[in-house]
Amino acid sequence: MTDPVYRADPPTARRAVEIEGLTLVYHRPSGLTHILAPPAPELLDALGEGQADAEALLERLARNHDIEADSDARAEAEARLAELEAAGLVWRA
Amino acid sequence: MAGVRHALALQVGPVGLRIGSAWKRPIDELRALYRGYPAPAIPDFTVRLEPAKPWRRFVKPSIFIGGDFILPDAAPLALAHGLLAAEMGMNLQMALGQRRFLLLHAAAVEREGRALLMTGVSGAGKSTLAALLGERGWRLMGDEFALLEMATGLVHAFPRAVSLKNEAVGLFGDVAADRFGPLMEDTPKGAIRHLRPRDDAIARMTEPARPALLLFPRYGFEAETREIGQAEVFVRLTQASTNYVALGEAAFDALTGFVREIPARAIDYPNTDTAVAMVERAWAEWER
Repeated sequence: MTDPVYRADPPTARRAVEIEGLTLVYHRPSGLTHILAPPAPELLDALGEGQADAEALLERLARNHDIEADSDARAEAEARLAELEAAGLVWRA
Repeated sequence: MAGVRHALALQVGPVGLRIGSAWKRPIDELRALYRGYPAPAIPDFTVRLEPAKPWRRFVKPSIFIGGDFILPDAAPLALAHGLLAAEMGMNLQMALGQRRFLLLHAAAVEREGRALLMTGVSGAGKSTLAALLGERGWRLMGDEFALLEMATGLVHAFPRAVSLKNEAVGLFGDVAADRFGPLMEDTPKGAIRHLRPRDDAIARMTEPARPALLLFPRYGFEAETREIGQAEVFVRLTQASTNYVALGEAAFDALTGFVREIPARAIDYPNTDTAVAMVERAWAEWER
């Protein structure tokens, strides 16, 4: 089974405001407001470079953030991506 | 317009309302309660009090609340509660139709140009507290809605008559009798009596104020003040706003700006005197 590949609207489709470590996101296409905790906003932004699976996204994050792309990080990323998918902010390519 | 024989137009803050009624009595009661309120050039919203059935204007009259925006399953009210129906109708039109301002479900009072907002679930006491502060040196801006102007962040007043419920009426023994509406017993919200704001609050109804402090009062608990995080404030305010979703990104920007700028406190209080003291203390701390 291949890993799911995710896509998202470009960052210009969102308005994001950080409050106390959380990110409030206004998603322009749906008009819905979401409250995201790290690393969900970072994953969403990393999808701005183009569609990717969890592993590729972690590699993108590792360039700018202090994270290691180990198995824990991967499980975390997959869980957050599933939540973002349920929220309608990402979808499978 | 079928059934509308009596009418009154009122300016309440920046909002023009026209109330039409099949009966004379609710309009007479409104006219007395709202004497001296200006008339709008063009009403923004219309409220209609109509017979639940055409023949029920005469036989056991009951009132259906209509208007530009309606809730299809709103239950009719007895004619004796016509004033309540008119007030509910005004709230309903604002809640469903307001597009110029982000509606914060909050009471607001003002001092020296700065607004104190109080929000919370029904029964938390924000109406009563706002009305009490309105008698104790604050300008009452409204007991139900604070109107947030999205471009400027200013709060506009919506100083309708305050609806005092049940035992809250007894807290206003010093207030002149001519500022009260009729006592309505056994309404769906219990006993209700409306209190007209002080004349200065009515005269200054078009003056907005910059918000300074947001409180979440809660009645029936030991006195305690707590800070509330900005993210929680944001969630609570969006949940309590009837037009946040409809106003889209402008509302998002206005509300995120609001919660980042305005400090918020939760205030638990066992009685209203304690609450007034706690509000004054929170305000003094904000001023420092």
